Amino acid sequence: MSQKLTRGDVTKVALLARLKLSDEELDTFTSQLSQVLQYVDVLNEVDTENIEPMAHAIEVSNVFREDEVQPSLSREAALQNAPLTDGSHYLVPQILENATPES
Amino acid sequence: MDYQIIVGLEVHVQLQTKTKLFCGCVNLFNPDNPNVQTCPVCTAMPGSLPVMNREAFSLAMKTAVAINCGIASFTKWDRKQYYYPDLPKAYQISQFDLPFSENGFLDIEVDGEQRKIGIIRAHLEEDAGKNMHDESGKGGDSKVDLNRCGTPLVEIVSEPDMRSAAEAKEYLEELKLLLTYIDVSDCNMQEGSLRCDANVNLHVTNDDGEKIATPIVEVKNLNSFRGVELAIEYEADRQWDIYQETGLKIGDVAKETRGWDATRGKTFGQRGKEDAADYRYFPDPDLVPVTVTEEEKQAVRDSLGELPAARRSRFIEEYSLSKYDASVIVSQGNSFTLYYESVAKSCGDGKQAANWLTQEVLREMNERKISIEDFPITSDGLATSLINRVRDKKISIKSAKEIFARLMEDFGESNESYGDNKAFDQRVEQLIEEMGLALVSDTGELEGVVDAVLAKEQNQKAIEDFKGGKQAAVGALMGQVMKQIKGADAQTVRKMIIEKIQNM
Repeated sequence: MSQKLTRGDVTKVALLARLKLSDEELDTFTSQLSQVLQYVDVLNEVDTENIEPMAHAIEVSNVFREDEVQPSLSREAALQNAPLTDGSHYLVPQILENATPES
Repeated sequence: MDYQIIVGLEVHVQLQTKTKLFCGCVNLFNPDNPNVQTCPVCTAMPGSLPVMNREAFSLAMKTAVAINCGIASFTKWDRKQYYYPDLPKAYQISQFDLPFSENGFLDIEVDGEQRKIGIIRAHLEEDAGKNMHDESGKGGDSKVDLNRCGTPLVEIVSEPDMRSAAEAKEYLEELKLLLTYIDVSDCNMQEGSLRCDANVNLHVTNDDGEKIATPIVEVKNLNSFRGVELAIEYEADRQWDIYQETGLKIGDVAKETRGWDATRGKTFGQRGKEDAADYRYFPDPDLVPVTVTEEEKQAVRDSLGELPAARRSRFIEEYSLSKYDASVIVSQGNSFTLYYESVAKSCGDGKQAANWLTQEVLREMNERKISIEDFPITSDGLATSLINRVRDKKISIKSAKEIFARLMEDFGESNESYGDNKAFDQRVEQLIEEMGLALVSDTGELEGVVDAVLAKEQNQKAIEDFKGGKQAAVGALMGQVMKQIKGADAQTVRKMIIEKIQNM
């Protein structure tokens, strides 16, 4: 990842994260994110030839729980942090089925 | 120019575990009580951690074996990132590059032709919640119910091996039958435990022999077998029109996602799907990988029992059933086939048992909307009290069916099953007497009646007609005899009348 991050890349990442950035912020983050990537780039110096990719940072596998029902939250408790509810559902601004995420 | 329809299906199957995939919330279809089956894990509260449900993984492995997939020795889960209000984590825990199973197939038969449909992979992931949109058109808020969020799903992706809407429907039906047989899912399409997306395009052969593939369209959320069939037929026609108009090939435009409007019978354009790369898959650090040993794989294979295809073959072989009868019986599900086998064994006549089940029993089940588990007559009762009485010439087949109908009327009134075979047999005995249906084995009595009918003045013309070669004339004479002796066996009466006329 030695290529420099462009403003377009940051715009795309912001869109995917549903963040609305001002022109000023776009400049700031383009520069800052590039620095972060450059820092991580150090890892590319390690020779990873013939090394199996890791699926997890610790060498543990097969952690299961039994299929036993545990109490759920009450509806009241579940909804209490939501900005908007109708008492039984979370309410969110209308989702436009036909709109693309970009529009 | 000519074209071939090409279809691949992605099927989502909810597993019938007691709890969700990563938390202990109950796994239950409960749309009338929104947001009562959630906890910090499935509502994505900070600091909560998922732990894999052992039973879900076990049912997923059974599914894989049933569709002839190999089970991976090492598998892991990844985050598939996208924003939608029914998914509070903003990522779905799914499987990307190392699914737990791959490379399977399902055999189907359409119009007598065997087809092997390849299965690319099956992976285990979590379901999302449910959004309900304001339908008033006033732009009101959407409602979100997270009861379903985190339900275990197996996604089964087929190769684009189906060549018609009928094949796609058959694949889906066979898959549903298979998964209900092995008890991994109830596959209830109305409740969304079986959902289907269809990838459809055409292979066009131009007049000069050139072969061209049209752009692929994915039709989402097909929730009935009929819907799958109709949507594919509609898409094929639509794509054919577009191809003739524009000549667009695969690769010329992005893959399109369309919805199915069952009311209007049309597909319609939907939001463009973010590119696969935009899902930004990466291994979920909250979950550890799962490894499966050869012994564990073998144990799953051994646990499956007889699958529908094998059962059909065995019924044809063991009970001399026609392919059609075997198929009708097996398609009714595991319990129905067990009932069938029990009847067949008790009466020793697989063919008769099949006739009774596919006609009388199925008709009553459908009319009364009851399952075989709730059927009031036990397999033993049906075999010993009715079918065997016909075999032993105690009653005619016609009488047995009349008695059966009366027994079902009894049930309709009392809604009580005949649990006790002895009580049931007594009731049958009582009905035979009441309805006067006992076959008259005393040929003396029968002979007397036949002689009296043949001697009647008014019947002489019928006798002459019969002698003159008019076979049908014997019917009227039979009718008169049967009216006097209800339980008489029609064949015996007919034979006796003909013999007597010929000896006149």
